[in-house]
Amino acid sequence: MKISVSLTVNGKPVAAEVEARTLLVQFLRENLELTGTHVGCDTAQCGACTILVDGKAVKSCNMLAVQAQGADVTTIEGLAPNGDLHPMQEAFRRHHGLQCGFCTPGMVLTAVGLAAQNANPSEAQIREALDGNFCRCTGYHNIVKAVKSGIEEMA
Amino acid sequence: MTDTTVREKSTTAKSNPAAKPTGPIGQRLERKEDRRFLTGAGQYTDDVKLAHQSYAYFLRSPHAHARIKSIGTKAAASSPGVLGVFTGNDLPATVGGLPCGWLITGTDGKPMKEPKHPLLAQGKVRHVGDQVAMVVAESLEQARTAAQRIDVDYEPLPAVVDVRDALKKGAPAVHDEVPDNTCYVWALGDKGAVDAAFAKAAHVTTLDFVNNRLIPNAIEPRACNAAYNRADESYLLYVSNQNPHVERLLMTAFVLGLPEHKVRVISPDVGGGFGSKIFLYAEETVCVLASKQVGRPIKWTADRSESFVSDAHGRDHVTKAELALDKDGKFLAMRVQTRAAMGAYLSTFASCVPTILYATLLAGQYTTPAIHCEVTAVFTNTAPVDAYRGAGRPEATYVVERLVATAATEMKIAQDEIRRRNFIRTFPYQTPVALQYDIGDYDACLNGAMELADVPGFPQRKTEAARRRKLRGLGYASYIEACGLAPSNVAGALGARAGLFEAGEVRVHPTGKVTVFTGSHSNGQGHETTFSQVVADRLGIAVDDVDVVHGDTGRIPFGMGTYGSRSLSVGGTAIMKAVDKIVAKGRKIAAHLMEASDADVEFVNGKFTVKGTDKNVPFAQVALTAYVPHNYPLDKLEPGLDETAFYDPTNFTYPAGTHICEVEIDPETGETKIVNFTAVDDFGNIVNPMIVEGQVHGGVAQGIGQALLEGCVYDRESGQLLTGSYMDYAMPRAADLPNFQVDTRVTPCTHNPLGVKGCGEAGAIGAPAAVINAVCDALGVKDIEMPATTERVWRAIRSNANRAA
Amino acid sequence: MNAFGFYEPTSVRKAVAIAADHSEGKYVAGGQTLLAAMKLGLATPSDLVDLGKIPELAAITYDKAADAVVVGSMAKHAQVAASSEIASRIPALAHVAGLIGDVQVRNRGTLGGSIANNDPAADYPAAVLGLGATIVTDQRKIAADEFFKGLFETALNPNELITSVSFPVPKRAAYMKFRNPASRFAVVGVFVAQAGSGIRVAVTGAGSAGVFRVKAMEDALAKNWSPDAVKSIAVPASGLQTDIHASAEYRAHLITVLAQRAIAAA
Repeated sequence: MKISVSLTVNGKPVAAEVEARTLLVQFLRENLELTGTHVGCDTAQCGACTILVDGKAVKSCNMLAVQAQGADVTTIEGLAPNGDLHPMQEAFRRHHGLQCGFCTPGMVLTAVGLAAQNANPSEAQIREALDGNFCRCTGYHNIVKAVKSGIEEMA
Repeated sequence: MTDTTVREKSTTAKSNPAAKPTGPIGQRLERKEDRRFLTGAGQYTDDVKLAHQSYAYFLRSPHAHARIKSIGTKAAASSPGVLGVFTGNDLPATVGGLPCGWLITGTDGKPMKEPKHPLLAQGKVRHVGDQVAMVVAESLEQARTAAQRIDVDYEPLPAVVDVRDALKKGAPAVHDEVPDNTCYVWALGDKGAVDAAFAKAAHVTTLDFVNNRLIPNAIEPRACNAAYNRADESYLLYVSNQNPHVERLLMTAFVLGLPEHKVRVISPDVGGGFGSKIFLYAEETVCVLASKQVGRPIKWTADRSESFVSDAHGRDHVTKAELALDKDGKFLAMRVQTRAAMGAYLSTFASCVPTILYATLLAGQYTTPAIHCEVTAVFTNTAPVDAYRGAGRPEATYVVERLVATAATEMKIAQDEIRRRNFIRTFPYQTPVALQYDIGDYDACLNGAMELADVPGFPQRKTEAARRRKLRGLGYASYIEACGLAPSNVAGALGARAGLFEAGEVRVHPTGKVTVFTGSHSNGQGHETTFSQVVADRLGIAVDDVDVVHGDTGRIPFGMGTYGSRSLSVGGTAIMKAVDKIVAKGRKIAAHLMEASDADVEFVNGKFTVKGTDKNVPFAQVALTAYVPHNYPLDKLEPGLDETAFYDPTNFTYPAGTHICEVEIDPETGETKIVNFTAVDDFGNIVNPMIVEGQVHGGVAQGIGQALLEGCVYDRESGQLLTGSYMDYAMPRAADLPNFQVDTRVTPCTHNPLGVKGCGEAGAIGAPAAVINAVCDALGVKDIEMPATTERVWRAIRSNANRAA
Repeated sequence: MNAFGFYEPTSVRKAVAIAADHSEGKYVAGGQTLLAAMKLGLATPSDLVDLGKIPELAAITYDKAADAVVVGSMAKHAQVAASSEIASRIPALAHVAGLIGDVQVRNRGTLGGSIANNDPAADYPAAVLGLGATIVTDQRKIAADEFFKGLFETALNPNELITSVSFPVPKRAAYMKFRNPASRFAVVGVFVAQAGSGIRVAVTGAGSAGVFRVKAMEDALAKNWSPDAVKSIAVPASGLQTDIHASAEYRAHLITVLAQRAIAAA
C-alpha cells in the first residue's frame, strides 16, 4: 500500500508516494539521497539518525515517513544552507567534538534541539541531553564543550 | 636499598616540556575533514550507491553449536526479487577459508591449530550468528523475506562459551579436529629464573581475574558494496575497513584466488574501527564472489544486531597472575597464566593478540628481572575474538598494574612509591620479555599525573565524601605499550605472515601543491590534517596546499593500514622518507637552476638556497621546473616530482604514562561515579595536540567502559548472546563519564625521524586498571570483577560488612 | 519490516472504527516501542492506526472538580515534563516523564503508548499506580489498581483506546529511578505519594509481574511519613526479576533504598 506524503525537508517542499513501512530515515537516505543522516543501530538507541522534526530532536529510524506528513524536517544538510557553518557545527569543529564523524550529524542536531529548550544548560544538563546519542570516538569531553559553546554562540 | 638511592640512579632520558612550535608541526589546527563530516557530506560505505546494485542478507545461526543436516533453498530461490541464494555447499572447491595472519608456534614446537573458517557454514555452525547462507535480491526486504524461507535442519549440539568450560575434560569440541579446544599453548620468559625468584621472595601477591569480553561497537556498522566489471574482468569493493590493501591481499591470495591486480578495494570514510575493521570478514568476501555470478553490484550493511554477533570481539582472558617482591617492595619476578578465548574461528590476527601483543608487555615500566607467561588459546562457541583498541596491551597493563597496586596495599607501601622503587630509568632497556625500550621518563608522567590529579588533596576529599556517606578511592595505572607495529623481520620471526611496513607517496604537482598517498588509513583520527601538517612543515608550504589520500588500493601504491597506534610513527615516517626524496631531487633541480653544486644547496623554510649566499629558488619554482623541464639536467635527472617510499620500522615505539582515577561510590546502591580522571602520557613529539587529546579522551572512555559498564555475556548453557543489543550491552554515554584531565610529557622516539610514538590506544590501555584500582581502594577490597557493575560493587560492600561483623 | 496498512483517523470514533475493522491491526501512538519491535520482527501488525492526528488526545488540563490533572493519552513525555500545569500541581509526574528514555524518545513517546504497552521496566506505570490515577478509555474508566495485569498485559479490551489519564493531585509525591545502564529503563523505580485518599508506594522495574504496590511500606508510612519508617521493610526477592543487570536480591535492596530517598524528596 503506497501512501502519498508531503512534508518540508530543509526548507524545501517534498512530496512522494511511499510504502507505509518506509522509515523516515530510509526516506531521507534513499529517496532524497540525504545520506548525512546515519543509521547505527536497530533498537533506536544510538541516535546517529537524529533529525529535527518541527524543531525537536527525533530518531528518524523510529518514525515512519508517513508520520512526517506535513512536518518541517531539518537534516544535517539543511543546517548550513548557504555554506556557512551553523554556530553549532562551527563549535564542534573548533572544539574537536568529532572524530570519525558518523555520530556527528545526530549529535549536532540533538544539540540544536537542546538550544531551543534551554539557552543556558549546565554541563550536567548537556550530558543528560546527549543520553540518546552514542559516540565511540571522543569520550564526549569535547562534544560537551562544543555543545556548550555552540549554544552560547546561538544565543 | 632505599628509594632515594634508586631515584639517584643514572637517568639517560629526561622528558622536556613541548617546545613552542614554529612550523605546522605542534599546532592545534582544526581538522580538514571536519567540514564534510559536519555538513553530512562524508561518504561512508553505506552512502555509496552503485548503478543496478542489489542487496544481500545473511541468514545466521540461531544456535551456538549445531550440525547442519540439510539446507533447503528452493523456496527462497523462487521468492520474489531473488537473484541468488548461496550456502556453504555452493562455494567452489577452490575457495579457501578465511586466513589467520599470524602463526603461533606452541611450547610443544607444533604450529597452532587452524581449523577452517568457511565463508558460509559447512557441516556445522559454531556460534550464534555464524553465517549460514546469503540471499541476494532486488531489495533488502526481498532478500530478508526470502532468507526466512530457507529451511535449515539443525541438530543442536552442546556448546561451550567460557574458556574454563572449554578446557574441561569431555567438553564439547568446537572443531572435531581439535578435540581439546586448544589452539595452542605458548610461553615466553625464563621459567627457571622466575621459579627461583619466587622461592626467595619476601612477599607474593596473587590475583585471579577475568579480563571481560568486549564488543567493539564502532557506531558505523560494517558494510560493503561489491561489483564485478565484465569489460576488464575486474572487481570493485567498497568496504568499511582499516586496511584495504591487506583486505585485498588476504581475500585474493588466500581465499578467492582472484588476481590481486584485478581487485580494487576502496574504504571511504570509516565510522570508527577500533580494531574491529582490520579483519577480513566473510560477508564482503562472499559479496565479491557472488557479484560475478549475480552480475550486479551487491550491497550489504550490517544491522546492529548482526554486528553484535558477527564483529570480532575483544579481550576475554581468564588469568592467574603472581608477583614476587623483596622486603622493600622491589619486584623480583612475575608469573602469569592466561587462558584466552579465540572464539569459534581464528580471526585475522587473533592468535598474536594474547601472545605477541600481551606477554611482551608484562615488564610494564618496571625492572622486574624475571617474567614468565604461559598462554593457552581456546576455541569457544562464540564470535571470534581479535584485536580491539589496545589489543593485548590493555590486558597486560591490567595484569601488571593490578598486581602492583595490590602488592602496594598488601605491603603498606604508597602507590606512587612502589612504582618509583621499580621504574626503569636507564635506556635502552632490554626487558626479560623480548622488547627493548628505546626511551622514556616514567617519573615525569607519574609526577605530572599526581600533580594534575591533586593527589595531596585526596585525603581531604575522601573525608568530605565520607561526611556525605560516600566512599572515595584513588587508583593508579602506569602503563606502557608497544606501538608502531612493527619491524617486519621481528614480526616475521614471531610468526607474522605479513610485513608491517608502510608506504607513502608524495606527489608534487607543477604548481607546488602536494597530494600525499598513504597506505595507512583514517577511521576518525584526523590523518588528513596531521599528515598534511607533517608534509607542510617539512616542505615549508601551507597546510591547505597538501591533500591526503587514503583507503584506496587503486590510488595508493601499497599499505598496511591503521592499527596498533602505527599511523604516524610508521605511515608518517614513510611519507617523511618520500618527502626526503622529493627534497633530494629538488636540491638537484635547484642546483641546476642556480648553477651551484648539489652539495652546496640546502632546503630551508621552503626555499632551496646556496649555502652562505642569498641565492635561492622557492619550492614551487622547482616543482614547475620538474614538469616544464626546459632548463633542466635531463641527461642526469628524470622530469617530474613524485616519490614513493616504503618504511619498515627498526623497533616498536613505547608510549607510556600514568593514569589516575578518582571514584566516589554510593555504598547504598553500589553506583560508582568517576569524579576525576587524569592521564599524563608520553607519546614522543606531538604533531597536533588537539587531536592527541581527543585520542586520549576516546581511549579512556572505552577503558572506563570496560571497567564499569561493558561486558559481553553469553549464556553459559545455551551459548546465546545475552548482550545482543544496546538494550543490554551498556555503552558509555555522556552522563556516564567525567571531563578528563590530560597532559603530555615528551621523550622523543629515538628511531623515527618525527620522534613520535603513537597515541591511539593509550587511554584504553591505562584506564581499566586505574578505574578498578580506584574502586578497590574505595571499597577496601582486593579485587572486583570487570565490569564493576553497581550490583558487583554493592555485593563487595556487603560481603566486606559481613566480614567485619 | 513487514508491509502493513496505515490509517490516520482524525477522531477517536473513527480510530476505534478502523481498529474494529482490522483485527490484526494496532494503534500506534508515539511508536517508540512498537516501531522498534516491528523492525526486529517482534511485532507484525497487519495495519497501524496512527493516533497522531487527533488533537484532543494530546491535551493537558486541570479538572478542578476532581482536583486532578488530566493528561491526554497522546501527550508526549517531553510535553508532560515541561507542562506548567503539571509542574505546579504534581511535579513528581513531570519528573517521571523527564526521566523516560532520552530526549528523542521523549519528543515522540506518549503516556498512552507507554501504559498500554505496560513494559515491566517502564516509568509511567509507577506514576499511574502510585498516584492512584484513573485511565479513561473510549469505553469506560479504569482504576490504576485494576489496569496493570502483568507483563505487557493490561485490562484493555481489544481495540479499546486510552483517551486520557486522570491524576489526582497528591499532597506530596516523588519518584526515584535506578536506571539500567544499557537501556535506560528502570532497574527499579519507586513512586511514593501521600494523598487525601491515602498513601501509595508503587514499584516498577523489579516485579516479575510488572508494576506493584508495597502494602507494608504504605502501612508504615500511614503511621509515620518518614524515610525511617520504611528503612527496615524489605520486599521479598521471591517475586522479583533476575536478569543480567540485577538479581532479585539486589532489586529488593534497591526498592528499600529508593523508597527512603523518594520519601525524603517528596
